[in-house]
Amino acid sequence: MRELTYVDALNEALHEEMQHDKKVIVLGEDVELAYVFGVTKGLKDKFGGDRVRDTPISELGFVGAAVGAAMAGYRPIVEIMFMDFIMLAMDPLVNQAAKLRYMLGGQLSIPLVVRTPGGGGVQYGPTHSQVLEAWFMQVPGLKVACPSDPADAKGLLKAAIRDENPVFFCEHKMLYKRKGPVPDGEHIVPFGVAAVKREGTDITLIGVGYQVQNCLQAAELLAAEGISAEVVDPRTVAPLDTATLAESVRKTNRCVVVEEGHLRSGVGAEISAAIQEEAFDYLDAPIGRVAALNAPVPFEPALEDYVLPNAGNVVEAAKKALGVIA
Amino acid sequence: MAKKPKPLSKKRLHEMYRDMLRIRRFEEKADELFMAGLVKGAVHVSIGQEACSVGVCSILNKDDAILTTHRGHGHSIAKGTRLNEMMAELLGRSTGLCRAKGGSMHIADVSMGHYGAHSIVGANMPMAAGIGLAYQLEKKKQVAVVFFGDGASNQGSFHESMNLCAIWKLPVVFFCENNSYAVSFGADRSTSVEDISTRAQGYNAPGVTVDGMDVVAVQEATLEAVDRARKGGGPSLIEAKTYRFFGHSRGDPHFGPYRTEAEVNKWRKRDPLILTENLLEMTKAEKNAHLENVDAEIEEATRFAENSPMATLESALEDVYA
Repeated sequence: MRELTYVDALNEALHEEMQHDKKVIVLGEDVELAYVFGVTKGLKDKFGGDRVRDTPISELGFVGAAVGAAMAGYRPIVEIMFMDFIMLAMDPLVNQAAKLRYMLGGQLSIPLVVRTPGGGGVQYGPTHSQVLEAWFMQVPGLKVACPSDPADAKGLLKAAIRDENPVFFCEHKMLYKRKGPVPDGEHIVPFGVAAVKREGTDITLIGVGYQVQNCLQAAELLAAEGISAEVVDPRTVAPLDTATLAESVRKTNRCVVVEEGHLRSGVGAEISAAIQEEAFDYLDAPIGRVAALNAPVPFEPALEDYVLPNAGNVVEAAKKALGVIA
Repeated sequence: MAKKPKPLSKKRLHEMYRDMLRIRRFEEKADELFMAGLVKGAVHVSIGQEACSVGVCSILNKDDAILTTHRGHGHSIAKGTRLNEMMAELLGRSTGLCRAKGGSMHIADVSMGHYGAHSIVGANMPMAAGIGLAYQLEKKKQVAVVFFGDGASNQGSFHESMNLCAIWKLPVVFFCENNSYAVSFGADRSTSVEDISTRAQGYNAPGVTVDGMDVVAVQEATLEAVDRARKGGGPSLIEAKTYRFFGHSRGDPHFGPYRTEAEVNKWRKRDPLILTENLLEMTKAEKNAHLENVDAEIEEATRFAENSPMATLESALEDVYA
């Protein structure tokens, strides 16, 4: 299979969907030149300045405008340059986009995609490094995707653009330049379907977004010690495919959930609760949770590494769940 | 220059009067039902501001958009929102426009170009810009009008939306009903300018202040702004100086700690209904005929609502996702 970077896979999805449906438009800061991360490159040249527009630095204004365009029948894709900036547009996303269909008794729908890179590892400091999927997965009316590799990035973005509901699409800066196989032809990954990214028998590692890569790396390290870890990627956290997660745990009887956000009220808390509800009798140990330490993401590389989860933390949590270490 | 508006025919002005009366009587009924405990939650009546609703909407086509606020009954009715289903929404019935999920503060009738009452102050302006963007992309001559109050003109959303509409020349009319109060906080203390219309200058857009109690003045200003928008001239800001005769919400006293009875009475002398009656030199018989006609419609809407079933509990979980 051909290999693409995560950025190129996203870019291909945008090109295909803009070609597929002329109601798809792209708005955001510096999207015309794809100046910052390059996800929107080539779109303006191909589809023109009407459909691909730079916006002023006014997240509240242009996310709200995207909601309005969706109300009037368009399918806007908004880029938020860094996930942290979405807080300037919480009202249009959470109070309006997520609730409008409901609040208006089903009179309209909001087919909106807000795509945005989150995550640390690049020394941008506390206000350019967050992952916020735990916040948005709480909101009825929103869907939340967290692709962990190029194939899912493409397939989930295409599904998001075709979805009639608002989608918060979490990309990750550490994944952008990673390469991976991407199927040729039409490739759509449905929401709410988890994927087993590596099969194993001794323990289930559930990762969210970029942390799936840490889980895969941890599984390699564990394999070297004779431990067979299964890595499962929910791919979307709203909707959340708890059935596939629980099925894996029923096989391995042990589980660690890994996310880059903070532990308290995090995605891991939700997943752990769901697994104990669905597979309590199969658990041989408490579910382990790995997450960022309880601090903003600091700038200095050693401090940043310390606060964010890594493969070593996952290995350690897995060994605790297996009773190998205390 | 926009074309000079044609002088209003007497017949047309009677129709506009009738629409203002429909708003007045609907809201008096809504207030009565609220005070009787039959309408729950909050009701923000716009009594006193009817000339704004009708003056603006009299210029719009069915396929033009409006977006309104928590104080949006008047705009809704003037845009042609179905009264039966609107009253049913206030009373929480299954036949309500929003299936009892929105209530008074979220009335919408998309089939009539009414894209919703948005009760987060200022939230509707970015959405209006987006609807304007859709119209521009469609190359249709539709316009979006967004209603908001003096309080909302201090929100970032107002400034961000004005800028966005100005740089993209979007067909959007910003209609500010300056009724002098954001709940209890006077515009003289909350707002940096006396005439909010002057804020348009910051966005290289035309801004005009009109008498919001004079339906003809509102209509003329709107005609010019709508005409400009349809021709690709971009956004305009109209500020209408108006007044709400009632309290802010929920049967609040009409005057009290933040405004005097004398002030309310001064504005009541300029009631838009009375001004229009004077303009039309309306006879008592004509007035009574209008009132009878309108009251029959409001009674019918109330009867429809009261005879409709309450919303089912199952419906509370419907329409979360498409």
